[in-house]
Amino acid sequence: MKSKPWLAPLLSALFFALFIAIWYVATAPASGSGTAAPAMDPEYAALMGAQAQAGGQSAMPGPGEVAAKIWEHLSDPFYDRGTNDKGLGIQIAYSIARVLGGYLLAALVAIPLGFVIGMSPLIYRALDPFIQILKPISPLAWMPLALYTIKDSGVSAIFVIFICSLWPMLVNTAFGVASVRREWLNVARTLEVSPLRKAFQVILPAAAPTILTGMRISIGIAWLVIVAAEMLVGGTGIGYFVWNEWNNLSITNIITAILLIGLVGMLLDHLLAWVARAISWRE
Amino acid sequence: MSALPSSHTPHPSPVGTPPLAFGAAPAVNKSPYSMSSQPFLKVEGLKRQFPQPGNPDPAPVFEDVHFGIERGQFVCVLGHSGCGKTTILNILAGLDDATAGHVIMDGREVRGPSLDRGVVFQGHALMPWLSALKNVEFAVRSRHPDWKAQKVREHAVKYLELVHLGHALDKKPAELSGGMKQRVGIARAFSIEPKMLLLDEPFGALDALTRGSIQDELIGIVEATQQTVFMITHDVDEAILLADRIVLMTNGPRARIAEIVVNPLARPRVRETLHQQPAFYTLRNHLVDFLVKRSREFQPGPGWDAKNPPLVHPGQSSQPA
Ligand SMILES: Nc1ncnc2c1ncn2[C@@H]1O[C@H](COP(=O)(O)OP(=O)(O)OP(=O)(O)O)[C@@H](O)[C@H]1O
Ligand SMILES: [Mg+2]
Repeated sequence: MKSKPWLAPLLSALFFALFIAIWYVATAPASGSGTAAPAMDPEYAALMGAQAQAGGQSAMPGPGEVAAKIWEHLSDPFYDRGTNDKGLGIQIAYSIARVLGGYLLAALVAIPLGFVIGMSPLIYRALDPFIQILKPISPLAWMPLALYTIKDSGVSAIFVIFICSLWPMLVNTAFGVASVRREWLNVARTLEVSPLRKAFQVILPAAAPTILTGMRISIGIAWLVIVAAEMLVGGTGIGYFVWNEWNNLSITNIITAILLIGLVGMLLDHLLAWVARAISWRE
Repeated sequence: MSALPSSHTPHPSPVGTPPLAFGAAPAVNKSPYSMSSQPFLKVEGLKRQFPQPGNPDPAPVFEDVHFGIERGQFVCVLGHSGCGKTTILNILAGLDDATAGHVIMDGREVRGPSLDRGVVFQGHALMPWLSALKNVEFAVRSRHPDWKAQKVREHAVKYLELVHLGHALDKKPAELSGGMKQRVGIARAFSIEPKMLLLDEPFGALDALTRGSIQDELIGIVEATQQTVFMITHDVDEAILLADRIVLMTNGPRARIAEIVVNPLARPRVRETLHQQPAFYTLRNHLVDFLVKRSREFQPGPGWDAKNPPLVHPGQSSQPA
């Protein structure tokens, strides 16, 4: 069992095949048994589109239809034919840009503030009640307030991302900084290390793994929240795309978007996991 | 020198500033200090309480602690766990504040940590995200902020080679054995060329064999640098091998310095032949006897003066205890 690195991927492939098979059987039309395999042809896709336009209720699509849709999107991800008809690539790029914007802003605030809170028990105690109350608020609850004060839906979405990514980074940074080993601080003290050098060369590397755990949690939450936020504010983004396709009753498009959301979320998480590995240390 | 001197006075202490160059160990000048001269490090009336939430005035861990260390002297502190050895060392280092009393080093009162006192901590206290070399370089750069990277590196390498770690420069602490980590800690403390070294059970966690070889390295470096050393240990044989003076602490709370034992064994000391010296067993028995019995039962006798703990020469004459 030990030296078979191909076993897990093989099982994964097997599960995937099983899933597709069940999906196929479950969605196969009971009558009219011709249209299963050759679902890839463009005429069929056009037919699907026509059907959606005509408002015809499309049944739950099978794997073949979804695969065709994915192929269609992949072959032209960045087209732009007006407000309600943009390529999936453009929509997801909007979402990623918003997430990164709000997330980086949050990091810019949370990490220095967390540093201060972690270093000073007084400030920690002073800010703790605020953090306790603000942290459990659903980020979407801020949305109306943001729309009212900011008056720009795009910026409001970024603000919501900012708010939801703030807390894990803030709390983790404060915790990481506060729990830096006393002995390392003592080493720095006996060497008369300046406060700035102590902050950057002792406390920051010591707390970095904890900070990155917070950053990884934050990016995950931000990616969860952006879909909901874009459904609310509309206009652009993958969340809006999903909502729009629901109005168009294009289940195929929705499933394609769902897969894409999962894929991008995984990539973001892997990116941060990779950074976390690079800065982690072992005792 | 068999009579009991009234102050911390005689014994090995080189005259003048010790050379920091490595290589030939200078002969130890045995001329005694005059009664009036101040020792290099002077501890006066030290006391430490740890006030508790419900008890602002608990029994102090130790009180009325007086002793001195001459320049170039190697002093070991022996005492049971919890008697306050680390606490005293932290106060000497400037990392902790005494409840009463003070420490004077080289004519100046110790207030806060300083590069003049290198510390080897009870745990090795290496930064795990830095390689062995970078750990030492961190200290060197603190001491010499104006040095170029190349010079910092050379200096750090020199001290790591001194503890025979020239082959492990780029290893992270997690990749080093316990003994190697402790040696990096020692190299780091020596690399800042402090006026005094404070070692807190530096070999506590090591097996006997490793401990022996690192002790030998320490003897070599200390003799070459004429370093003044204050070292905590649990191990009687280690104290005999390394120390000029052995400070004996009673059990806490309210620990005190019962006496200061003068080590009569000649230098250079070689572990393998040390026990063949006639004075070895007398000294060893004296120390073990203190640890198993007198540390617990110690009562200040009529002749005992906390300000001048008796200097004891085991085997030369019977001393009051
Ligand atoms: N920060 C602290 N708060 C409260 N009590 C403390 C604190 N530090 C030390 N003590 C107490 O002071 C006493 C002496 O501790 P210390 O660490 O100096 O002992 P030690 O002689 O070094 O022991 P060991 O040989 O086990 O290292 C202990 O009883 C300990 O409980
Ligand atoms: Mg201790």
